[in-house]
Amino acid sequence: MINILRKSVRYSLPVFFGYIPLGFAFGIMLSDAGYNPVWAFFMALFIFAGTGQFLAVEFLAAGADIPQVVLLTFLINFRHFFYGLSMIPKYKGTGIRKLYLMFGLTDETYALLTTTKVPDDIKKEDFYFAITLLNHSYWIMGCVLGATVGSLVNISFKGIDFVMTALFAVLVVEQWKSHSNHFPALLGFCVPIIALLLIGPDNFLIPTLIVVSFVLLCLQGKLTERGDKLGR
Amino acid sequence: MGADFTHSLIIVIAAAITTAGVRYLPFILFDHGKEPPKWIKYLGDVLPPAIMSVLIIYCLRNVNLLSGSHGIPELLCIAVAVLLHIWRSNVLLSICVSTVLYMILVQTVFA
Repeated sequence: MINILRKSVRYSLPVFFGYIPLGFAFGIMLSDAGYNPVWAFFMALFIFAGTGQFLAVEFLAAGADIPQVVLLTFLINFRHFFYGLSMIPKYKGTGIRKLYLMFGLTDETYALLTTTKVPDDIKKEDFYFAITLLNHSYWIMGCVLGATVGSLVNISFKGIDFVMTALFAVLVVEQWKSHSNHFPALLGFCVPIIALLLIGPDNFLIPTLIVVSFVLLCLQGKLTERGDKLGR
Repeated sequence: MGADFTHSLIIVIAAAITTAGVRYLPFILFDHGKEPPKWIKYLGDVLPPAIMSVLIIYCLRNVNLLSGSHGIPELLCIAVAVLLHIWRSNVLLSICVSTVLYMILVQTVFA
């Protein structure tokens, strides 16, 4: 296994350079919210989701209700459902490792596994497993490192939580570029703004998500088919 | 800590189970050769852009346009992130530059 991991490292380097800084920012943000590196370790280990964990910090800081946590986490990670769908054929015959492969199917793991050819000298299931495990470990390293630095260094990280806003701004641009019909994106701006004005900042999110999903479902077949790539 | 220890723990567990659930679901439902229904595929196409927009507004929910800094640092730095991303398409660059700028703004000009 060690040998397989060593051979797979170079394929996973792009994810290393993405996960360390992003995990670091998460760790700083988590520590800023008053949580120690142990929390960062277990969150990275058991949640293993970039946007999902940023959102979780937000929930922790706000002491959010569980239905809100579940609903929003489900919706933000909904794209992973489609990663899974497209990996079903690839993950066939991977045996017991499939349990972990399914768990670790993040944006970056998916992107890497769908764009990298399995090297000739490694078995498919070993390669998939090694890549997922390496990515997971980079993510844990980044998160714990950030939380540790955040708890030790005494400079002000005020404003670090903007990293999440910036991330979503970037994702909006990415989605905008990959879709030719911008109605869903615009709907996603209008509904929460109206709900925010009507209901206020504490309880507007769940009604917003219900209305947005409902409107989109009602418009099925009306929004022109585009055959776009799914998600990011 | 915003939430107490137990509540924090439950939030983390809920987030972990939900995330894992979403990732296991396609394999539980469709690993036997069944085709997923059309409306699921459709949602997979239209939901992500809508959710990203919703989340931007969610992040800005406590910004007050009428008082304090009037949301200037937020809107300015979002503009920086968006323009930079249209220009260079580098996720990390867009996020780092706009976040550092935001931190500088709220710690100095808008402190």
